[in-house]
Order: sequence, then C-alpha cells, then structure tokens
Amino acid sequence: MTYIQLSYGDLALPALLVVMDGVLSLVLRLKLEKQLAIATVRMVVQLVLVGYVLTFLFAAVSPLWTALAAFIMVLFASREIVARQKRRLPGIWSYGLGAGCMLLAAGTVTMFALLTALRPDPWFHPRYSLPLLGMILGNTMTGISLGLDVLTNSLVRERAAVEACLALGGTRHQALLPVIRDALRSGFMPIMNSMAAIGLVSLPGMMTGQILAGVEPIDAVKYQLLIMFLIAGGTGLGTLAAVMGGARLLTDHRHRLRLDRITAEAST
Amino acid sequence: MLTVNGLRRLHISVSFELRDGECVALQGPSGVGKTLLLRSIADLDPNDGTVKLDGTLRETMPAPAWRKRVTYLAAEPGWWSDTVQEHFTGWGDALPLATRLGLPDDCGPWPIQRLSTGERQRLGLVRALMLRSRVLLLDEPTSALDPASAAAVESLIAERISNGTSVIWSTHDNAQARRVGSRIFAMGPDGGIEESRT
Repeated sequence: MTYIQLSYGDLALPALLVVMDGVLSLVLRLKLEKQLAIATVRMVVQLVLVGYVLTFLFAAVSPLWTALAAFIMVLFASREIVARQKRRLPGIWSYGLGAGCMLLAAGTVTMFALLTALRPDPWFHPRYSLPLLGMILGNTMTGISLGLDVLTNSLVRERAAVEACLALGGTRHQALLPVIRDALRSGFMPIMNSMAAIGLVSLPGMMTGQILAGVEPIDAVKYQLLIMFLIAGGTGLGTLAAVMGGARLLTDHRHRLRLDRITAEAST
Repeated sequence: MLTVNGLRRLHISVSFELRDGECVALQGPSGVGKTLLLRSIADLDPNDGTVKLDGTLRETMPAPAWRKRVTYLAAEPGWWSDTVQEHFTGWGDALPLATRLGLPDDCGPWPIQRLSTGERQRLGLVRALMLRSRVLLLDEPTSALDPASAAAVESLIAERISNGTSVIWSTHDNAQARRVGSRIFAMGPDGGIEESRT
C-alpha cells in the first residue's frame, strides 16, 4: 500500500480556506467569526489529541485501555442523545436509557463483527475495534435519539388518543403501539436513506479514506458493505431497545400514561 | 355497587357509594377537579384510597379489566386511527347506536376529521357504550351538543341506567343535572363533595 503522507506544513494552505470563511463572515456581518474560530480550534485540538491517543492505544494493545476508550465513547454518545431531546426522561434514565441501549446494540454488533467477519489478533485489537465501534455508535446514536424524540413528542401530542384506548380497557402496549411504530420508523429512516443513496449520491468517508490510503476500490467496497450491515443491525437493535424502554418508562404497572415523568423541556 | 372510600388525588378527597342502576350528577365550577375525580376512579392517574366494585378491590384485577367495567369517557374523546370504523371491533354492531344518536349511517369509512366536534363526542359515547360497562364515568358528555342531540344522549343513557348500569355524569347544566341525577354531588374548591337529592 502506498499513500501520500502529509506534513503539518501541507495543511497551512488548506487552512487558509477557513480564514476565508472568517473574512466572509466579517465582511457580510454574519457574526459567525467567533463561533467559527472556536469550532476550528476545537476540531484541530480534538483530532490531534485523538491521533495521539490512538497511536498510544495501537502500541499498547491492552484490553483495559481499549475498554476504557470504548466506554468513554459511549458516554459522549449518550450525552449527545440527551442533548438532542426536546423532552427528557426522568432522572438517571435520561442518560441511562440511551447509554444502556447503545452499549447493548453497538457493543453486540461490534463484537459480532470482530469475532466473525474480521477476526483480528487479539480479537479486541483497538485498530479494528475502536473505529468499528465509533462508526456504529455514531449511527446508532442518531437512530436512538430520533426514536426517543418522536416517542416523547408523539405521546404528548397524542395523549388524548392514547388515553382513550387505555380508558376503554386497552393495555399499555395496545395503547402505545401506533406511537411506538412511528418512533421506530423515524429511528430507522436515516440508515435506510443512506443505504439507498450510498455510492450514487455520497461516497462514504471510510471507503474514500481507504482508497486514498491505496486500498483497491473493490476491497474498500467490501469493508464499506460490512460497515453498513453492522450499522443497520446496530441501529435496529438500539432503536428498538430504546423506544420500547422509553415506552415502558412513560407508563406504569396499572397501565397509565405517565407524562408527568417527562421532566424538564431542554432548550433546543 | 361501586364503593369509593378515601379516594385521594392532589387536593381531592372523597368517599361515596353508587348503587347499581343509579345516576349521580357531578357539579362544580371549572377547574375544581371533576375530571381528576372521574379519572382517578378509572385508575387513569396515580391515586390513593380503596375503590371496589361489588366488594372486589380494583387492585385485585389488571387495570385494563377494571376500566372495561368502570369506564371513563373524556369530554373530548381521542382517536388513534384514521377512519371511524377502525375504532370499533365490530362497526356493524355499533351502527344502530350511532344512527340513533344522529350520526350519518354511511360514516363508517369516513376519516375522523370529517366529523364535527359534536359528532365526535357522540361517536366517543357509542364507542364507550359498546363495552357494556357496569359503571360509566361521563365527563360532560353533552358539552358540544345541540339540545336535540343532548336529549337523544340522555334518553340512551337513561335506558342503560334502567338496565342496571351506574353512572356518574359531570355537567355544568343545572337543569340537566336535576333531570339525569337522582342525587347531585357538588364539588367544592376544598376537593370534597356535598351531596343533595333531586
């Protein structure tokens, strides 16, 4: 494999493009220059740090450090899920449900791929496990946050319909089923859209990355297919678990709708 | 016989008995808690106290089974499907009741939105009556109806009452309260009820 290595100096010229954006913002008074500067600095610092962290992890190949890195990734992803909710679940569940479902879904699917398709040595090798987990987490996170958002919003909006069914002797499962279906549909939509558009509209980042690194396009495609299958599985599992869990949390053993358990409305 | 003993929900605290085939009118200013009381009896909100039907504690049966016997009907009933007939297990059986309350006899496949507020309120009543519940908790069941439709509802419920169904009927209409109720419960801001006979 041959690829063109970049030095930090090679990045100076492309970085001027961001400076150009800043000048545009000043000239047109978009008032974005401060945000733009912060975002750019954050991006550079975060990426360089991750580069060094990964270098360390790949050198160490330690199960403990790898697990810790994976755990931190899940934590950040669950924070992201909570931040995207207009209405929040009660107490510890606001983080716990998202984190638990992501750990379950992304963890299971990543393990599955490591133990069957890829089989690196050792099986948890961070060079394979962490990028896989990262890609699956990112997409599972989108599915879960969309699913939960639609669930809580629809329950508030469709409260009369749900309670009408409950009042007529429906179980909580019967009463919530239409809303649960909507929530699951929304959670699954992004991955299905991206599967349909992939290759025609968008060339996925990982595949282009591998091609730039000198991998044969067909080999890069196989990797991308693996990733897409894993993402579809992870999103399905995670969204299902989160929506069913959320529906259970917002009802109780006497089959009542408990919207009082949706606590604060976060600013969006 | 419905027995309510020390039912508490927020500021509400009530005890009463409701015999089979008896209708009680529930009155009181808006916001006093009539809806809360009816919802609590149906166990739709968390509440304390003992509520029994013929001596059987509601907690001894699953909540859906309780609500099929003690059925709450909201003033503005909700709709979970698109068309009228999808809300019924057997629309054919419900049709005679619906036409009796003045609903169009071809409204089965109609989208719910095509019905007026008053038509929806009557349809909600038909849907609840199909359960043949022992106790009906009616929350202002004629609030959106013209006098003729309201009279049709009153006579239909009166038939059910004479067949042994018990009813709690919340209403702002004093004349209606005296017409339908053999007793009147006046709910006060303290969350209690004062009983008077009609």
